[in-house]
Amino acid sequence: MTQQAPDTGGSARTLTMARAGREAVIAEMRKDPNIFVIGEDVAKLGGVFGTTVGMAEEFGAGRVIDTPISETGFIGIATGAAMAGMRPIVEIAFVDFIGVCFNAIFNFAAKTHYMSGGQFKVPMTLMIGYGGGYNDAAQHSQCLVATLAHVPGIRIVTPADAYDAKGLMHSCLQDDNLTIWMVHKAIWGLGWLGTAIKTAMATVPEEPYAIPFGKARIWREGNDVTLVGYGITVHHALQAAEKLAAEGISAEVLDLRTIVPMDREAIMKSVRKTGRVVVADEDYMNCGVTAEVLATIAERDPRVLTAPAIRVANPDIPVPFSRPMENFALPDADKIVAAAKTTLQSSC
Amino acid sequence: MNPTPKQRIWMYEAMLKSRLFDEAVFAAYWEGKKPLFHMGKGPLPGEMHQSFGQEPTAVGVCAHLGPDDAVGAGHRPHHVAIARGVDLKRMAAELFGKKTGLSGGRGGHMHLYDNRVNFFSSGIIAEGMGPGAGMALARKMQKKPGIAVAFNGDGAVNQGAFHEVMNMAALWKLPFICVIEDNKYAVSVTTRESTVVQAWQRAAAYDCPGEYVKGNDPDLIFAAAGRAIQHARDGKGPAILELETERLHGHFIGDSAGYRAKEEVAAQQDPLPLYRKRLLDEQVLSAADLASLESQVKQEVGAAMEYGRESEYPAPQEALERVFARGPTGRAKI
Repeated sequence: MTQQAPDTGGSARTLTMARAGREAVIAEMRKDPNIFVIGEDVAKLGGVFGTTVGMAEEFGAGRVIDTPISETGFIGIATGAAMAGMRPIVEIAFVDFIGVCFNAIFNFAAKTHYMSGGQFKVPMTLMIGYGGGYNDAAQHSQCLVATLAHVPGIRIVTPADAYDAKGLMHSCLQDDNLTIWMVHKAIWGLGWLGTAIKTAMATVPEEPYAIPFGKARIWREGNDVTLVGYGITVHHALQAAEKLAAEGISAEVLDLRTIVPMDREAIMKSVRKTGRVVVADEDYMNCGVTAEVLATIAERDPRVLTAPAIRVANPDIPVPFSRPMENFALPDADKIVAAAKTTLQSSC
Repeated sequence: MNPTPKQRIWMYEAMLKSRLFDEAVFAAYWEGKKPLFHMGKGPLPGEMHQSFGQEPTAVGVCAHLGPDDAVGAGHRPHHVAIARGVDLKRMAAELFGKKTGLSGGRGGHMHLYDNRVNFFSSGIIAEGMGPGAGMALARKMQKKPGIAVAFNGDGAVNQGAFHEVMNMAALWKLPFICVIEDNKYAVSVTTRESTVVQAWQRAAAYDCPGEYVKGNDPDLIFAAAGRAIQHARDGKGPAILELETERLHGHFIGDSAGYRAKEEVAAQQDPLPLYRKRLLDEQVLSAADLASLESQVKQEVGAAMEYGRESEYPAPQEALERVFARGPTGRAKI
């Protein structure tokens, strides 16, 4: 494995993504009194996913604000506060709930800097959980990453492990734009989801560090096929790469890390080397992130592909409840392995 | 609280400025759109929602505001922007889509922003509620003086944002004023047809003051706005100020408002000549003072329109700039 392992010195611990992200928020809040947290259950409960545990105790109810269930209202309020010099962090626990506040996000928050000609900035970070795999059905299991990435003016940040969770959160909080920090629930490190995927835990230095947006991460180098993913599909791809290695196939695992901006150079560099690509995503396939990755190759140099590309993504169905049907809809290592083998057996 | 003579003169001046601006915009809007109406043609393209008749609401409220305060308006923003003191030249240039416009031509008439006077507007109904209350929250959190006022139409009160934000503004005692301009129509649907309980009465649901001001009268609006704003400045939380007003034209230019009864339209009163007459009758201004003020406002509006018309268009590729803060971005750069 050739993870871009950080130089952690003596101060590193192994953390879950929730704890690592929280550490970045707390560090930035200590530094900047304009940062505050607002959302449902962020104060007393510490966030539905534990993202804000301990913050109300340290910073007080004035800076960690429990809201009524009024997403349109509090996203709008946070946006206005950001325009007036504050730097809000807004938690929307489940991305599925974004439907009720989409207007406040895409018609106002995302467009204010542009439509004001740069007069008003909206330095706001939305902290959102997404994804399925625990039988929560179609209204609590979506990804909607591409839906959000489609709207100009929003940075979409999708860390895959604790190291990136912290570094990218620092970048979100230092950025002057609307950023959406999205973590797949199954890798967040939630006890009640069994912390199923251990590779999302990582050694994390205590000191702050910022990871720039738009820089993909190569988790594993390989020569035969590139497996592109982000968030949870990075871990599926790593598992797939192990399985493929056992069969003598060398797969490279590329983590997009941020969907907007997307590191298109890194995609080209890797596929130029391997000639074959499988793009994995738990989000809907149609017009999704997988399509954007392949469009990048088609636009920049389709000749780098020696075989047709394959997408492993939700086959455009609402996420079903029942376990066998949900598993059918979700990507996993075996599906990526099968796709990699198919592409290795074909040519164009 | 009654306005002083100086405040009354300021209110008349701002009403007149808004009216003359709208008249000049109306004339320019039709250039290139006859004989066949095409919204995208001519020097002033796009939808155009004008403020004819609604001027008193903006001046009666904004007369109380200072540099620490913030104002949000809706899709019909001209009178509010002008009463708030938005740069008229750059506002005109924005309507013409010019590089010198408030937003360099990225916003247009519904999306006016002037950070110099903490002003914004939005084309989405009730959109001012959240951001307006957020600006109030920022002032409270930063322990800075000032209040925020959001202007909304009567149609906005049935949006979820209205209720959600009023609830939070009241819970958190934000220095926030929700102004509802009741021009009696949400496009073609009357308030009576759309709203079972009016906004000012709903104030009871948020345990905050609510007042309805009849008559579209700048002096009465000034008095009521003074009470509401003082309440907010005293840290007692938000208030709802619902103001009867008149939409003398259609929803936008091109809407002949055929859905309104002839008798109803005939009964509408234009607040501008009424207020002018009152200032003369009560000797707040002499005829000579008025003539001089009117000539000065006319000149200012003329100069603004000329500035807008004569300014350069932005280069097409400037469209790629300002999507994100810090440097030009856009798909090409991502």
